[in-house]
Amino acid sequence: MEITKNNVVELKNIRKKYSGVEALKGINVDIPAGKITGLIGPNGSGKSTMLKIIAGLTQATGGKLEVFGKKLDYNLKDQIAFLPEINHFYDWMTIAEIINFTNTQFSNFDSEKASDITDFMNLNSEMKIKNLSKGMVGRVKLILAMSRNVPLIIMDEPLAGIDPKSRAQILESLINEYNAKTQSIILSTHEVLEAEKFFDYAIFLENGKIKLEGNADDLRKEKNKSIQDISKEVFI
Amino acid sequence: MKLEYDASKPIYEQIIDKIKKMLVRGELEPGDKLPSQRKMAKKAEVNPNTIQRAYREMENMDLVETKRGLGTFIKEDDKIINDISEEMAKKTVEKFINEMKSLSFDEKEVLQIVEEKLNKN
Repeated sequence: MEITKNNVVELKNIRKKYSGVEALKGINVDIPAGKITGLIGPNGSGKSTMLKIIAGLTQATGGKLEVFGKKLDYNLKDQIAFLPEINHFYDWMTIAEIINFTNTQFSNFDSEKASDITDFMNLNSEMKIKNLSKGMVGRVKLILAMSRNVPLIIMDEPLAGIDPKSRAQILESLINEYNAKTQSIILSTHEVLEAEKFFDYAIFLENGKIKLEGNADDLRKEKNKSIQDISKEVFI
Repeated sequence: MKLEYDASKPIYEQIIDKIKKMLVRGELEPGDKLPSQRKMAKKAEVNPNTIQRAYREMENMDLVETKRGLGTFIKEDDKIINDISEEMAKKTVEKFINEMKSLSFDEKEVLQIVEEKLNKN
């Protein structure tokens, strides 16, 4: 499916309250289609909440959300792959079993792609989750997300708490598998340094509000600074 | 084409600069075909959209041309290389002069040092 719309996601005055606490305080942003967007912000800034709302995993308290130019419904949810921050696997399962299980859950899962990425990531698919390091679990999550043939992939902190070697492998396979003609990726991170060269677009979120957004290279040019340094300037 | 990026500058511009340098050094020649955007993205380890932007900008600069179904080629025009050489030389000298000014050398002194060095070499 070729991309026809300019924006894959549009948020208009999106608010979210959790038991009296405002996690998102009116988010207005258009996320460009066919691009890799970095959602940057410190812990507790509202990144996870924003991504979960876009993926339809939680509902906004107010505002308007459009994904692929439409109101989000059950049919569209199948077109979104979501990589969660937490380890959501049963620890008695092997990597191969998890891949097979995921294959039964989604019609758009590409098993061949999954086994290619597993090889690329140097993972033995017979290993059980409980015997994997945090970095290896991070790699497995990436395999599952990138093996879905879907127009929108959302990744919540795919690099957090992961060793440098795994981080490099995760970013490399992400960029290898990413198809700019048909896919958009939104990726949240508080570790900007390694990821920033892959961002087309950057959104800086703090305290439930958007502080700055723009094309990554245009921001660099305008400020003569890296995205990492811009984030230091934005989040005081 | 592995690149060490300066994250404080636009990455697409750094890719264009690298290609210009290759042209001036003769590692690339007019008429040469550039790798496909996908291949280039893998080689340069960047987002394919960044390569697309670099190629598009080079087309606007009349440095390359895209032939439908064939790929992207360096324009067959020797003047381009001369222009780029000149532009790069000017930029290098400008940078040098600014650096010397910041060290409080005046024009005469700068010239003197350059002449001395050139004669030595």
